[in-house]
Amino acid sequence: MSALPPYATPGQRVWFYSFRVICGLIFFFLIAPIMVIIPLSFNAQDFFTFTPEMLALKPEGYSLKHYKDFFTNSDWQAALWNSLRIAPMATLLSVSFGTLAAIGLSQTHVPFRRTIMAILISPMIVPLIISAAGMYFFYSRIGLQGTYLGVVLAHAALGIPFVIITVTATLVGFDRSLTRASASLGADPVRTFFKVQMPLILPGVISGGLFAFITSFDEVVVVLFVGSAGQKTLPWQMFTGLREQISPTILAVATILVTVSILLLATVEILRRRSERLRGMSPG
Amino acid sequence: MADVTDATTARRAPTPDDAARLADSDQSGPMLAADGRPLKQSLQRALRREKLRALMLIAPLLLFVLVTFIAPIADMLFRSVENQIVGNTLPRTVEALADWNDDAEELPPEPVFRALFFDLFLAAEAKAHTRLGSRLNYETTGISSLFRSSGRRMDDVAEPFQDVLEQADPQFGDGAFWYRLMTGEGDADTSLLNDQRERLAALTREGMGGDIGFAPSAEIAALLPRAAREYSAFALFTARIDNDVVAEEDPWESVYVALALDLQDGGAERVQSYAGPGADALQAAAANADQLPVVDFREAFIEVDDGWGDRTNWETMKTYSPPFTSGYFLNSVDLQLTADGVEAREENQRIYVMLFQRTMFMSLVITFSCILLGYPVAWLLANLPMRTANLLMILVLLPFWTSLLVRTSAWKVLLQQQGVINDTLVWLGIVSDGGRLALINNQLGTIIAMTHILLPFMILPLYSVMKTIPPTYLRAAKSLGATNWTAFWRVYFPNSVPGIGAGSILVFILSIGYYITPELVGGTTGVFISNRIAYHISSSLNWGLAAALGTILLAAVLALYWVYDRMVGIDNVKLGG
Amino acid sequence: MKLSNMLLASIALAFAAGAGGAQDMTDDMTLVSWGGAYQASQQKAYVEPYLADNPEVSAVWDESSPEAVAKLRAMNEAGNITWDLVDVVASDAIRLCDEGLAMEVDHDEILAPAPDGTPASEDFGDLIVSDCFIPQIVYSTTFGYRSDVEEWGGNEPQDVCAVFDLDTFPGQRALEKRPINNLEWALLCDGVAKEDLYDVLETEEGQQRAFAKLDTIKDQTIWWSAAAEPIQALADGEVVIASTYNGRLFSAIAEQDQPIKMLWDAQVFDLDGWIIPEGLPEDRLARVKDFLNFATDTQRLADQAAYISYGPARASSAPMVGKHADLGIEMAPHMPTNPENAKNTILYNYEWWADYRDDLDAKFQSWLAQG
Repeated sequence: MSALPPYATPGQRVWFYSFRVICGLIFFFLIAPIMVIIPLSFNAQDFFTFTPEMLALKPEGYSLKHYKDFFTNSDWQAALWNSLRIAPMATLLSVSFGTLAAIGLSQTHVPFRRTIMAILISPMIVPLIISAAGMYFFYSRIGLQGTYLGVVLAHAALGIPFVIITVTATLVGFDRSLTRASASLGADPVRTFFKVQMPLILPGVISGGLFAFITSFDEVVVVLFVGSAGQKTLPWQMFTGLREQISPTILAVATILVTVSILLLATVEILRRRSERLRGMSPG
Repeated sequence: MADVTDATTARRAPTPDDAARLADSDQSGPMLAADGRPLKQSLQRALRREKLRALMLIAPLLLFVLVTFIAPIADMLFRSVENQIVGNTLPRTVEALADWNDDAEELPPEPVFRALFFDLFLAAEAKAHTRLGSRLNYETTGISSLFRSSGRRMDDVAEPFQDVLEQADPQFGDGAFWYRLMTGEGDADTSLLNDQRERLAALTREGMGGDIGFAPSAEIAALLPRAAREYSAFALFTARIDNDVVAEEDPWESVYVALALDLQDGGAERVQSYAGPGADALQAAAANADQLPVVDFREAFIEVDDGWGDRTNWETMKTYSPPFTSGYFLNSVDLQLTADGVEAREENQRIYVMLFQRTMFMSLVITFSCILLGYPVAWLLANLPMRTANLLMILVLLPFWTSLLVRTSAWKVLLQQQGVINDTLVWLGIVSDGGRLALINNQLGTIIAMTHILLPFMILPLYSVMKTIPPTYLRAAKSLGATNWTAFWRVYFPNSVPGIGAGSILVFILSIGYYITPELVGGTTGVFISNRIAYHISSSLNWGLAAALGTILLAAVLALYWVYDRMVGIDNVKLGG
Repeated sequence: MKLSNMLLASIALAFAAGAGGAQDMTDDMTLVSWGGAYQASQQKAYVEPYLADNPEVSAVWDESSPEAVAKLRAMNEAGNITWDLVDVVASDAIRLCDEGLAMEVDHDEILAPAPDGTPASEDFGDLIVSDCFIPQIVYSTTFGYRSDVEEWGGNEPQDVCAVFDLDTFPGQRALEKRPINNLEWALLCDGVAKEDLYDVLETEEGQQRAFAKLDTIKDQTIWWSAAAEPIQALADGEVVIASTYNGRLFSAIAEQDQPIKMLWDAQVFDLDGWIIPEGLPEDRLARVKDFLNFATDTQRLADQAAYISYGPARASSAPMVGKHADLGIEMAPHMPTNPENAKNTILYNYEWWADYRDDLDAKFQSWLAQG
């Protein structure tokens, strides 16, 4: 349906265009909130409101003060720093454990495969409030509540399903005879892993890692329960902001994050194309 | 995005398993491997090794998830039935209450009140009584203040005893004397001390082991059992909690009461033959035993707070005395555990069944709207050239990556009565300024915002299934004379059903656990059960109820998860990678 | 718990060895507060000056006061107290003190006397509602309304019952999503005398009466759970009258210049102050005491009023309340305790609510949910 065939009837034509309009509206629905956030983040006032000056497109209705606030306010900077300290650690944990396990799971003979898989995916399925409550009680008992390690472990657990899912998906297309060839040429399993298998599944690993990273970077419920002041992340600060004070700084942060997201998404897309080239598929 | 295929059925080379089966099926005598073993055995060993290697690779992660994730969930499940606080705080009262027939129309007998005095005195010292009060207040309103006010006034009950004893012999006012008296001579009664260690450890949840510089003598323990018991508890508390030296501290008032009760209870005769340390003071006290007040503890308690004369409070205490209770689960389905068995809650207190129903209903509506909006988009994406599709895919993934909090607040800006949508509608003249639409702080607000938030979870699985439906099917149908609609409805749609199933269950599972979005845009009629769970965790502190509600929710999710696994297999979830 | 205790012990040992007994005070403090303008006022009035005097000290804020009781319980279970000083409302302080989660303090020993030598316990007076509680401010929950509502035809609300008067004052209202305060106001406007409020509310009929009164405005009410919501809703014109904390209204009116006015009638007084968590190690406790002595003295509490319109808890601070730090307006007329504003006030009954909270909350939620 890439194009309308020349022999289409008028009815088909109408349907073709109205369908596109419908899809356009749904896409609009999808990005509408983001389109609201971006202009509001340049609001000269301290409320989430389109002021008459903004609607009249007058320059005095707009300002960069919320961005300035984000870059100069120590709370926001501390939160950013905490997020940057927690998310990569959590990602590293979920990616390294997750990749190993995904390789294990893609072997032909894995006893209790279904059960194991169900357990490993469960952090994605169990409602966050339940995970958060459970971790809160349990981590309190073992002294991990309110510690950096506690938050990292919790976030790593939440990121694992994403790594498992993306890496197993990549391994589906992995040609096992390559490892056998490598072994028959005298490489030990470790060398085979790093020299043969890893480069081929790397795109899957990286995109799984990106998912895990975003999971941690955007997570607020669990960190609210498991963390304490020393682990106040960006989403936590945003949550406090929404609850306790009215400041479009939150929107400025969101705009920055959306920009970062676009960059990350572009990275994933480039990686995907590279991976398909490597696998000998057409880049589409 | 890769096609939907099960990893296990992907193209693969022959494996030891296949060979073993092959060897097995061979009837013509054992085949031998190069090392001389039967081939079958050798292959089976290889198979075992392979399984082991796979498990070794999985083990670290499995262990990690079990410890960091599954154990916390299990711990939470445990809290939903755990109820040790009553037995730990009032152990002797619970024991004494076991004999009380709560069908009878009277209050518990005197021994229950005596036990309560000692339990409550110690609990008040350890500041554990108000926590028990708040626990029981979940069941019967008013118990919280009953315990709080009574805990402070236990000293008043004890005062008359102390005065008489100190008049009989001033040594009773001296902590060092008490220490000598209780340490006595000869063997120590270690089992009594250990019982008290357990009692205090359960009450305070602190370690009570080790030497505390005191042990009651066996002789005194036989002579004055209550006093020895209460003094040991005092000694343990002094040494372990207050970190003081036992011999330097004056004992609690409860110890005087214990001694007085011992003396009134035949101890006055028994101490006549006693010759150990403090014998003179004991005998002086025994001589004055008739001056010790005969206190009716029941009366005394009712005087402290007439709540103790209310049978309902006692019935609640008895009903909730076992270490495990179904009470929290009953509460979470609007029932109540009372002395007369399970009863329905008062009509104006029933919320949870309604909330569960609402959560289910709204999740269904959200799932349905996601299908409605997700299907055309997924179809478009699946049928456009790869490059265009991937660009449009960014529009799907962008909201997915934007902070949930921010998207929810954005919806607030859009939907409120003075918000962007209403302003636009008024400007266009579609609605009048007075007739602005209520789009937020109700169910509609929750549905709109959550449909938006969960839509990518519908589009992604749908898209990956639709990618696998060959376009030739539709063309074939049409060439056989089907209209566009028939071709779609009879050929394409059935092929896409697995995608709808996968997406629906994913969206449904995610939506019934949502909490932040309904809280912010749901008003009063658009909140979910998760909001109550969060409330009970952080505000009302009724953790047991939160755990029970969570367990029920979890059970629902796991059932769906199981269905999902049966239908599509969990390893087939695709995330646009 | 054992493991964590052992860990703690070994860390403490290592620390003791390293410190070599130089000065027995830690240099790190974790202060727990509410975030927003209130926390900012604490930061400016006494945390920054204290840090300036003690450059070796660093202070971290944790905005967990709304969940303070729950988190302190969890910390206590774990035997690992990570907070040094916690800002809570009086009812939470009483609860924490009762449960042994907050430390009992001798107010005269650790707090500075008033400049004229009056001991701290007398200077704070009745506001010390619990042995663990070190009061800082008196705040109130009151109403703000839009001053530009055309439908009101020039009328302005004069008393709390305007909230229930949809004929004279049409438009949406915002009330807090909990029974506390709302039930009292409802009864008050249903003709119950102020001193009988809790007696009436204790009965089933009284509760029904309160809910029936709330029923009359139910479909015109937005229920808020976070304190920023009513202010945002007022600023947007989404609601015309809203209950909220007086300090936030002040900042919306005076600092943000919004068309909002205060309605002080039937304001509910409450207290906010510090508690020290039970079980702090000696060196941290020493630091906390040192800080507290400074942060709650007469001058510091008076200074705080220059940043937010909450009344200082010390009697001796009241005459020293001056002008707003940035706007230069007199702060005294904006205090909830100002006689002009405090003509008609309700005292929040802590004891009563401790008993009836669970019961009435269930009824309130059930009432809300019945659409």
